[in-house]
Amino acid sequence: MRGDLMRLPAFLENHRARWGSVLGEPAVLPLMIGAGILGYFLFPEDLGLLTRILTMALYILSLDLVLGYAGIATLGHAALFGAGAYAAGIMAVHIVQDPLLLLLIGTLAGGLVALITGALILHAHGLTLLMLTIAVAQLLQSLANKWRELTGGSDGLSGIDPSPVLGLFRFDLYGRTSYLFALVVLIVAYAIARRIVRSPFGLACRGVKEDPLRIAALGGNPRRYLVVMYTVGGAFAGLAGALTTVTTGIVGLDSLGFTLSAEAVVMLVLGGTGRLYGAIIGTVAFMTIHHILAATDPFHWMLFIGLFLIGIVLFAPGGITAVSEKLAQRLARRGT
Amino acid sequence: METILGIAVDGVAYGTILFIISVGLSVMLGLMRVVNLAHGAFAMMAGYLASYGMQSLGLPYGLALLAAILLTVIVTLPLERLLYRRIYGGNNELQQVLLTIGLTFVIIAIANYSFGPTVKRIPLPDLLSGSVSLGSKTIPLHRAFVIGLGAATILGLWLLLERTNFGVRLRAAVDNPAMAEALGIRTERLYTAVFALSTGLAALGGVLGAELLPLDPYYAIRYIVLFLAVVAVGGAGSILGSVVAALALGILDTAGRYLVPNFGEFFFSAALILILFRWPNGFFHRRAA
Repeated sequence: MRGDLMRLPAFLENHRARWGSVLGEPAVLPLMIGAGILGYFLFPEDLGLLTRILTMALYILSLDLVLGYAGIATLGHAALFGAGAYAAGIMAVHIVQDPLLLLLIGTLAGGLVALITGALILHAHGLTLLMLTIAVAQLLQSLANKWRELTGGSDGLSGIDPSPVLGLFRFDLYGRTSYLFALVVLIVAYAIARRIVRSPFGLACRGVKEDPLRIAALGGNPRRYLVVMYTVGGAFAGLAGALTTVTTGIVGLDSLGFTLSAEAVVMLVLGGTGRLYGAIIGTVAFMTIHHILAATDPFHWMLFIGLFLIGIVLFAPGGITAVSEKLAQRLARRGT
Repeated sequence: METILGIAVDGVAYGTILFIISVGLSVMLGLMRVVNLAHGAFAMMAGYLASYGMQSLGLPYGLALLAAILLTVIVTLPLERLLYRRIYGGNNELQQVLLTIGLTFVIIAIANYSFGPTVKRIPLPDLLSGSVSLGSKTIPLHRAFVIGLGAATILGLWLLLERTNFGVRLRAAVDNPAMAEALGIRTERLYTAVFALSTGLAALGGVLGAELLPLDPYYAIRYIVLFLAVVAVGGAGSILGSVVAALALGILDTAGRYLVPNFGEFFFSAALILILFRWPNGFFHRRAA
C-alpha cells in the first residue's frame, strides 16, 4: 500500500488543504474530557444513561469511519457492534473477566468480522451493498438466536461480572466506575480515530469516497482502501460492543438488530458525517431527546424523530455541526 | 408430497404478494434512482384504510380495496411533489435513506395514533374464505385469489409497458433519461405517474397480503427489508426480475419455515448473501445509462 501512496501526494496535499479547516479541531478533546467530568458531578443519579451515551458515541464514531470517511453506505453496522458485544460476553461468562482483555477481544472480533464480510461484500454498490450489509447483520442475529448454548438465544447473556479495572477499580453498583471507564475508553479511541483519519491512509479513503476512479488512475486500489477502513471501523464498533457488555453486564439480540443499525445512521447524520466530533454531538443529541420523549410514549418519539429527519434532509443536509459551523462563520464575519 | 404442495401454494402466494408490493419499488429505483424505504409504510397505510373501511364503515371487500388504493395514492402524491422530488437521482443515497425512514416513522406514529397498536384484520368475504379442491388436495381460496390477482397484475403491467404510449416513454426514460428528455418526453410527469403507479401497487399488495403479513404499526419497518431484497435480487427496474426474485424468495422463505423451522431466517439471509454475491446487480439487470 505504501507504493500506492507514493504516487498520491499531489492529490492528498490538495485534500489536506481542503479539509485542513475541518480537521483542525484542537479543542474537541479537552472539551470532551471537561464535559465528561462535568457530567459525572452534575448527574450522579443518571450515570447509567450517561454511560450508555458514551458507549453509543463510540459506536457512532466507528460508523463515521466507515460511512463518513470511506463513503460505505451500510444499514448493517450493528453486525460489527454485536460481534464485539457477543465475543466479549461469551468470553466473560466462560474464560476471562479482565475488562481490558475483554475490550481487546471485542475489538478483534469486530475487526475480524468486518474484514471477512467486507472482503466479501464491498465489490457491490448502492442498493445491493445496502442489502448485503443488512443480510450479514440478520445472518449473525439469527445465528445468535439459534446457538443457545453459547449465546443464550433470545434470553441473551447475563451474569457477566468483570473483574476490577487494572485490578484496582471495582465496578460498583452506582455505575461510577463504569462511567469513568467508558469515558476514558471513548477519549482514547477518539484520539486514535483522529490520528487514523488524518493519516495518509485516512486521506486516501476520503479520496476514494469522493472519486474512486481518480484514485485508481493515480495507482491506488480503491477497494483495498475500503476493505481496510471497513475493518478499522469494525474494530472500533467491536470495541464499542465490548464496552457495552462490560459496563452493562448483559448482551441481547438487539445488539445485532436492524433498529440499532438504522438508528446509528440517523445519529451520525444528525451530527454530521465526515467529522468525528459530529458523531459525538449526534449521539448526545439523539440519545437525550430519545430519553426525554420515549419516557412518555414510543410513538411520540417516532413522530418527532421522523419529522426531524425530514427537516434535516430538507433544510440542513450537513447535520447539526454543519449548521453550527455556518452560524459560527456568519457570526465571525459580522464580528470583523 | 403434502409438504411440497403446501410449500408450493403458500410460497407462490407469498411470492405473489412480495411481487405486487415490490415491483413498484423496483420501477422507482430503476427510473428515479431512489431507495424508497417508505414503500412498506404506503402498503401498510392502505391495509389500515381497507381495514377501517370494512370494520367501521361496513364497506364490502372489493369497495374497501379500491377505496384504500385510491386514498393511498391521493394522500401520497403531494409527498412526491414536496419531498421525493428533492431526492431523485442516485448520488444522495444517505439523504434518501434518512428522508424515507423519517417518513416511515411519521406514518407509523400516525397509524398508531389513529388505529392503536394492536393487529388489525381485513375480514375476508365469504366468497374468499373457503377452499377449493385441486384433485386430492384442497387449497385455501384466498391463496388462489392472490395468485390469480398477481398473474393479472403481471399481465396488466406487461400490457402497460409493451403496448401503450406510456410504456414506451417509461422504457425510454429508464434506459436513457437524458436522451428521453431531449426527445421531448416530460420526465417530471412520468415520474409523478410512476410514483402513483408504484404507490398504488404497494397499496394493492398491502390489502391483499394482510393475511400473510399482519397489519400492525411496525409493519412498515418489519417487511421493508424483504421488499428491498426482492428489488436487489431482481435487478432495479426489471419487471421480469421482480417476478422471478419475488417467487424465488417467497418459496425459499416458505420452504425454510416448513423444512428447517428453527433456522428459517438464517437460511434466508445466507441464501440472500450468496445470490447477491453471485449476481450483484440482480438476476435481470437493466443497463442504466
